[in-house]
Amino acid sequence: MAKVILTPTQTPTLFLEAENITPDVFAGKNAAEIAALHGFVGKTTVTLGDYFTVEGAGGQTAADTTVVINGDVSRVKYIGMKMSAGELIVNGNADMYVGGWMTGGRLTVNGDIEAFAGLGMTGGELIVNGNAGNYLGAAYRGDWRGMQGGEIRVSGNAGSDVGTFMRGGTIVVGGNIDVHVGTHMEGGTIIVKGDAKSRVGGQMVKGTIYVYGDIDVMMPGFQYRNDADLEVDGDNGRFALYEGDMGERHPKRKGEVIYGQLYMKY
Amino acid sequence: MAKIVTDVVCPFCGTLCDDLEVALSDDGEEILEVYNACAIGAAKFLHSQAKDRLTRPRMKQEDGSWKEVTYDEAADYTANLLVDAKKPLMYGWSSTNCTAQSTGSEIGEEVGACMDNTATVCHGSTLIAVQDVGVPSATLGEIANRADRVVFWGCNPAHAHPRHMSRYSIYPRGFFTGKGSKSRKMIVVDPRNTDTAKMADVHVQLEQGRDYELLSAIRVAIRGEKLPDVVAGIPKEQIYEIADTLKSGRFTAIFFGMGVTHSLGKNHNIDIAIMVTRDLNDYTKAAIVAMRGHYNVTGSGQVWGWEFGFPFCLDLTRGFARYNPGDSSSNDLLIRDEVDAVFVLGSDPGAHFPVGSVKKIAKLPSVCIDPHITPTSAVSKLHVPVAFVGVEVGGCAYRMDNVPIETRKVVEPPEGMLTDDEFLQLVLTRVRELKGAA
Ligand code: SF4
Repeated sequence: MAKVILTPTQTPTLFLEAENITPDVFAGKNAAEIAALHGFVGKTTVTLGDYFTVEGAGGQTAADTTVVINGDVSRVKYIGMKMSAGELIVNGNADMYVGGWMTGGRLTVNGDIEAFAGLGMTGGELIVNGNAGNYLGAAYRGDWRGMQGGEIRVSGNAGSDVGTFMRGGTIVVGGNIDVHVGTHMEGGTIIVKGDAKSRVGGQMVKGTIYVYGDIDVMMPGFQYRNDADLEVDGDNGRFALYEGDMGERHPKRKGEVIYGQLYMKY
Repeated sequence: MAKIVTDVVCPFCGTLCDDLEVALSDDGEEILEVYNACAIGAAKFLHSQAKDRLTRPRMKQEDGSWKEVTYDEAADYTANLLVDAKKPLMYGWSSTNCTAQSTGSEIGEEVGACMDNTATVCHGSTLIAVQDVGVPSATLGEIANRADRVVFWGCNPAHAHPRHMSRYSIYPRGFFTGKGSKSRKMIVVDPRNTDTAKMADVHVQLEQGRDYELLSAIRVAIRGEKLPDVVAGIPKEQIYEIADTLKSGRFTAIFFGMGVTHSLGKNHNIDIAIMVTRDLNDYTKAAIVAMRGHYNVTGSGQVWGWEFGFPFCLDLTRGFARYNPGDSSSNDLLIRDEVDAVFVLGSDPGAHFPVGSVKKIAKLPSVCIDPHITPTSAVSKLHVPVAFVGVEVGGCAYRMDNVPIETRKVVEPPEGMLTDDEFLQLVLTRVRELKGAA
C-alpha cells in the first residue's frame, strides 16, 4: 500500500481548510503534485506545500493509498472529508469536520477532534483515540439525514448533539457524553459507555441507544418496558429497556408501532 | 403650534409599532415630544436630539485619543481594512434598514467576508430550528383578531416589548376577540416571577433549563400518553391541564424569547416548541412567533435569506455562501482567532458579546458604524457616526412576524452627516477601486 506522509511545518494564523487531504485526492499523485494541491485560508488560496512537507506518493487508487499526518493539525478543517476508501491516520489533534460525509475507508485520529466530525457519513470507520466535540455523526444544518452508515468510535468523551437526525450506522463513545444524544434519531445505534447528562433520545422516532452509566435527567416521553440480558459491543450486562419518545410520531410495521429504544445498564 | 407627524414607526424593538405621533418644533427641525410610544421607544427618538452628539467620523490615535476625519477618509480606511484582511468579520446589521443591509451584502461579497447579525446571540437558534423542522406561524394582526390562548414562553414582553400585549397579543379587541383580554387565556412559562408572569392567568414556574423536557411532556400529554409524576418541577396533572387548555382554544399563539433560545439546548428548545405547535394543529389552529429583539434583525435575515439563502452566520470567504453556526458564527470566529478584522454596523457586540470575544475585537483592526458612542465604538480603531434610521432616514424594516414596514423620516440629520447606506456606498465604491487596482 502506497503511503504519503504529511508533516506540518507551520501553524496557520487563521484556519486552513484542507478538504483535499484524503486518500481519494492523493491517489495517483506524487509528492510534488500533492504539495501543489490547494487549500484555503480565509479568502486566500494556498497550497498544501505551504503548510506541510510531503513524503511518498499516493497509490493507484484511494483503496491502496495511506495518508499519515504526523503532527498537530488542530487549526486544519475538513481532513478526510468525503473520503471513500484507503486509510488516513492523524497523529495529533484535528479541527472541525474530520471525516465529514465519508463513505468508506478508515480514518484514525490519535488525538482530540473538534465539532462536526462524521457529519452525514454513510460508510467507513472513523476512530478517535481521544475526545470528540459536538455534532459527532449528526446532520449538517438543515439536513434531515445525519449519519447513515459506517462506524464512529471515540475512546474518550464526546460533546453535545451526537447523532442528531441519525438514520443508520453505529457511534460508540467510550467516555461521557454531553446533552442531546440521538435527537430526532430515525435509526442506527449509539452506545455511551460512560454517563449522559440529559435529553437522551428526545424526539426520537426509531433506533437504539445504550447508556452504561447514569442519565441525570430522563426524557419524560420514555416508558419502561422490561429488563434484558444483552451483549453490547463485546460487553455483557443486564439492561432496562425504555421506549419512546412518546411525544413523537412513530411508524408502524406489521400493525405494530415502532418506538425508539433506550437501554440503560444496571 | 407644534407640527405633528403621524403614523411614525418606532425603530427600537421587533414590535415595530406603526402608530406613533411625533411633535416637532415650528421649523420642523427638533423633536419635542413622542406620543403613543413606550418609554424605551420614545427615548430612542429623544436620544437623537442630544446636543453633544458625535457628527463626524473619528480615528483612534496611538495615544488613545480620537482625531476627527472626513467620511471619505473613513470610507478609505474601512475599504482597505476589508480588502487587506484574509477573513474579515462584518457583524451587526440589526438596527438599520434593509437597503443598508443589502449594500452591506454587496461589500461582503466583494471582500469575501464572514457576515453575521445579532441573531447569533439572540434568535439564531430559532432560525436553526425553523430550518430543521419548518414553522407554522401567523402575523401579529391575525393573532390580535383570533388568538384566544396566548403563551409567553421564556420571554418578558412587559419589559422587552412593552406595547406587544396592548397592540397585538392580550388586550386588543379583535374581530373574534371582542372582549379583549377577557377573550384570551394567558399562560406564561418562566422560572422567574416576571412582571409578565404576574399578569398571567396561569404562570408555569418550571425549573431553570428544563424547557425542553416540559415541552416534550406537553407533546406526550397532547397524545394522551403516560407521564412521570413530575417534569421540570411541574406536576403531571398541571401538564395535562396545559395540554387541554391549548387544544381546546380556537386559536393558540405561542410567543417565545431569549429564555429558551439561549438556555440549555438552544435550537432544540425551539425545535420542540414548533413541534408542539404543529401537534396542536391536529386539534385547533396554532401558530408560533419569535419575540425578535432589535427592530430590524428580522429584516437582516430576510435580506440575506433572499440574497444568500441563509439568514445569519454567513461565510462568503470562498466566493459562495456557506452557513454553519458553531463554525461560522461570530463568537466562535472571534474566540477561535479565525478572523483578522472586524466591521460592526447597527449593533453593540461590545455590550452583548462575552468578554473573551470583545477582547479579540479590541486587538484587531476594527471599525464601528453607529450613531451612539458605545462599548464597541470605544474599542474600535475607527468610529463612524451615522444618521438614525427611522428618525432621520426612512427605509424598510421587518417586524418580528416577518411583515415588512416602511419606517419614516421625521427630522433631518445634523448638517453633513451621512446615513449608513450612504457611507456603505462610499465604502463599496472604494472597495471596487482597490480591487480593480489589485
Ligand atoms: S413596543 Fe417596541 S416598537 Fe413599540 S414603541 Fe415600544 S420600543 Fe417601540
